[in-house]
Amino acid sequence: MTALSRRSSDAQIVVEGLEKRFRIARRDRGLWGAVKGLARRDYQDVLALHDVSFQIAAGELVGYIGPNGAGKSTTIKILSGILVPSGGRCEISGLVPWRNRVAHVARIGVVFGQRTQLWWDLPVIESFELLRDMYRVDQHRYQRSVDELIALLDLESLLDIPVRQLSLGQRMRCDLAASLIHEPEIIFLDEPTIGLDAVSKLAMREFIKKQNHERGTTVLLTTHDMDDIEALCSRVMLINHGTLLQDGTVEDLRSDQRRVVVDFQGVPTLTPDHQRLLESSQGERLVFALAGGVTEFLGEVTAHYQVRDLVVEHPPIEETVAELYRQARSSLR
Amino acid sequence: MLGPYPAIIAVRFKMLLQYRAAAWAGFSTQLFWGFIKVMVFAAFFASSSLAQPMTFAQVLVYIWLGQALLALLPWNVDQEIAEQIRGGGVAYELLRPLDLYSYWFARTLAFRAAPTALRMLPMVVFTLLVLPLIGLEEWALPPPESLASGAWFLVSVLGMLALSTAFTMIMHICLMWTISGEGINRMMPGIVPVFSGLIIPLPLFPDWLQPILYWQPFRGMADVPFRIYSGHIPVTEVLPEILNQWLWFGVLVGFGYWLLNRARRNLVIQGG
Repeated sequence: MTALSRRSSDAQIVVEGLEKRFRIARRDRGLWGAVKGLARRDYQDVLALHDVSFQIAAGELVGYIGPNGAGKSTTIKILSGILVPSGGRCEISGLVPWRNRVAHVARIGVVFGQRTQLWWDLPVIESFELLRDMYRVDQHRYQRSVDELIALLDLESLLDIPVRQLSLGQRMRCDLAASLIHEPEIIFLDEPTIGLDAVSKLAMREFIKKQNHERGTTVLLTTHDMDDIEALCSRVMLINHGTLLQDGTVEDLRSDQRRVVVDFQGVPTLTPDHQRLLESSQGERLVFALAGGVTEFLGEVTAHYQVRDLVVEHPPIEETVAELYRQARSSLR
Repeated sequence: MLGPYPAIIAVRFKMLLQYRAAAWAGFSTQLFWGFIKVMVFAAFFASSSLAQPMTFAQVLVYIWLGQALLALLPWNVDQEIAEQIRGGGVAYELLRPLDLYSYWFARTLAFRAAPTALRMLPMVVFTLLVLPLIGLEEWALPPPESLASGAWFLVSVLGMLALSTAFTMIMHICLMWTISGEGINRMMPGIVPVFSGLIIPLPLFPDWLQPILYWQPFRGMADVPFRIYSGHIPVTEVLPEILNQWLWFGVLVGFGYWLLNRARRNLVIQGG
């Protein structure tokens, strides 16, 4: 709920009251519906974004999460200048993306995980060279940045293969490299780890982190993978139904809930106080859910009972996020 | 390093030049149809003793150059661009720091020029040089009327390419409304060959139609260059015809630009 509290004078991306309405043609079902549709189209307005505001400073690495259809990609598309919002303000490094599109897109890099921006029939290296020419990167700068990208993303063996023959993981690495050839100040990554195996995911994260730390590239990244968020982002924005619900640190997303898993020596008889905290039990293993006071609880337990082993857990961040999504849904009803 | 637009043209050219089998198939079909047209016109000229607006030799030029440059006429759309429009890929084109019209124009230019480049040369060599050697000189493509006619012909082919690309661009932009492109792909083969003169040379149409045929853009895509080659348009009268081509080019580009800007406003990209 701190969308506007992060105001700072050095904001690179400023978004204020952004709104996007889509008009979607509707048709009644069946043959009669199709015939009626010929004479008159009904339209339905869908509000994809409603009053979205945030600011991002140069060099930040921000995660943007929300369920499918929440408005993440719409936001990214507006920020990339390819979609015009229905209302609100947006300025990136002093430019309005859709109004100064050509100048704006020359300074950003975008990766859409669902779709390659490379040329399907061209060998990877020729795609890179075409991008060099499209972005008017001079040969010297190109050579330096492409050599570095090839080394960091391990692309050497892929360069002569046509894009259509690459595996998903290989293609994503190439796509990521392609978005950075012109050394943009900002990159937007829309689900960059979707469908990747564990090794590729780790490599991807490592690279994004490095790019952000060493070059100071601002990164805005959408994902469904909370591990991405935990591994990468210091800040997370959560959107649902087109409205920004939360904007804070990853720690904010983690609830204060702790789980204490205790293996007892024999099944214990719990005091009523402890009985109330019990979440589940399985033989000698009992799980307690605590909102706070973990230290005192541990002291009491070890003093009162025979304990063999004991673990304190965070609930997985997924659970917290899923809970937030659910809350958002019911509050809208 | 090339500038963005030459680079785009070069890449598309390289990709399209891979379709060699299609080029050979095209060559043989066009040769076959060329012979049929030649025979039809031979019969036509033999059956009439009246003076015609064109000589048979001039008609031969018209037919064979028409067959050689067939792929240059705007009768179809680039499937790659059509696919991008259908699949929503257009949006991603906007991520490039290029003016969309110019970007697509470069691609469309390569789409028109590359297949033509592949087919034109064998066709000209065969009809100009091989046919006389095998005893068919009365059906062969005559050489240009004069050196100057030949040079002006090359200049007018540039205009032909520009015009045709600008018109294909309009067809591409229309896809943003109709989505499927089937309609355009079916309509244009009916219109373009008639008005460019590819079916019947324009000078052979009745006199009362001539003013209408004169003031339309398709004339510059076949009739003008072919008649410059054969000297039917004498060298002294070439300049206004070339200007006419570029005038229409300006009109088509202006219209295309306007249309694209309108289409972009209606652009809906799927996905949330």
